[in-house]
Amino acid sequence: MSERAAGSVINASARASLWLQPHRIVLIAIGVALVICAALFMRWDWVKDYYWLALQGIWRTLWILAVTVVLGFMLAVPIGLVQVTGPRWLSWPAYWFCTVIRGTPLLLQLWFLYYGLGSLFPQYPWIRESFLWPYLRQAWPYAVLSLTLSYAAYEGEVMRGAFAGVARGQLETARAFGMSRWKVFRRIWLPQATYRALPTIAGETVLQLKATPLVATITVVDIYAVASRVRQTTFIVYEPLLLLAVVYLCITGILVFAFRKLEARIPNRLG
Amino acid sequence: MQIPKRDAAVHNGDGSIEALIYLAQTSVVDLLALSPPGWGGNLLRGLMNSVLIAVGSFSIGIVIGIGGAFGKLYGGPVTKDLLGLYTTLVRAIPELVLILLLYFAGTDLINRLLEVLGYQRIDINGLVAGICVLGIVQGAYSTEVIRGAILSIPQGQIEAARAYGMSPGLMLRRVTLPAMLPFAIPGLANLWLIATKDTALLAIVGFNELTQETRTAASTTKAYFTFFLAAGALYLLLTLFSNVIIARVERWARRGVYMETH
Repeated sequence: MSERAAGSVINASARASLWLQPHRIVLIAIGVALVICAALFMRWDWVKDYYWLALQGIWRTLWILAVTVVLGFMLAVPIGLVQVTGPRWLSWPAYWFCTVIRGTPLLLQLWFLYYGLGSLFPQYPWIRESFLWPYLRQAWPYAVLSLTLSYAAYEGEVMRGAFAGVARGQLETARAFGMSRWKVFRRIWLPQATYRALPTIAGETVLQLKATPLVATITVVDIYAVASRVRQTTFIVYEPLLLLAVVYLCITGILVFAFRKLEARIPNRLG
Repeated sequence: MQIPKRDAAVHNGDGSIEALIYLAQTSVVDLLALSPPGWGGNLLRGLMNSVLIAVGSFSIGIVIGIGGAFGKLYGGPVTKDLLGLYTTLVRAIPELVLILLLYFAGTDLINRLLEVLGYQRIDINGLVAGICVLGIVQGAYSTEVIRGAILSIPQGQIEAARAYGMSPGLMLRRVTLPAMLPFAIPGLANLWLIATKDTALLAIVGFNELTQETRTAASTTKAYFTFFLAAGALYLLLTLFSNVIIARVERWARRGVYMETH
């Protein structure tokens, strides 16, 4: 334990000295100079008119990301599982679901659901009279649905590999201990598979964040849509886009950091 | 063009029932016919454009990737840091934002440069701009893929090549590139599939690739369902066809290589 602590201290000091190499200092200085130039010489007067809308946009982006990742993961677990252990009539549709979703662009799926299904629904009076109709008329359910399906397909493929990768002996041991199949799944199989898949899940979640601006094309006002609106109303091109890039960078950074913390908590002797 | 009476009712907006009857009369076959009253030809042209952009951007990406990987592995400290910045930024910012930024900034910069040099402004071809922008995005990912592949080459092979007195260029051509290929192909294959799908993003800057053509066809005929399904089938066929080719290429690249199965 103490060895490990000493190692981390050395690591920390080594990391500090890495950042303070001469060429790094020059690069950082250039970067800071660029940021100051951007702040001084570019137009930022629109920010005060739009910051509230932008905050709402960021909130909506984060909210869509969180909902679709959670729902998508919940869908991905059965999709991965049936492909490893399920009967043919379940594994076959799951396989084709993954293939079709992963084989077509998300933008097309989004437009297919929003324009395609959206244009079919009003034809049926019983849908128009149902309690779901007020939601089906809005754009965000289609955005959430298509992002969820997309995440589920990509993550289902990952979970399939992760489920298959858990050592057989572990599951047999658990059965030998007299655990029911459900308990084996809940206590052994799912946690171990999730641990294994966690680095990939982190990557997929960042990709999911990068997919969220597509919802702006079906009139959901996320942060990307706010930036587009600024561009269209004020004719300022670069500033909103740069700020948008910075916002996404920050969110990505936070996601990566959070997943790294999560990974560090996992016992690293997996068998 | 004169609008027939029935269509006029559709355009008024109160004739949704008429619109439906109208839709039911034009069959799927008519809509997807290859010659002008049908939109099949437009879809196929869009698919061609998509494939063209994908091939172009993937090639640019690989060139950037090879250069970037060597820069990251063997370059000086500044090169390494700048390449690290490039790959991190590109992989952290949504492609859509990058496309807009590079599209506007790129065309703007080139035109300003031309003006400074005393030439006239030029209109940059949407196809070329699209290929370049997606190529830069692909380059960041393939840099990482190729870097990983080069690191997986058994160190002895590169040392042996050095011991034979090969120049760096010869070593690259004869040893490093062929030896890294089997390790790089799964990652590069993935990137190719991403490239084919990322072409859809150019629809947002109004480029006439498959998704944009589909949208135009669908909004003109109001047959959204048919056209988006058809386009989905085309993309899926492209992916499945690519998978077949990729499997062959992989077998070819792995010939004579003993690889441990995990």
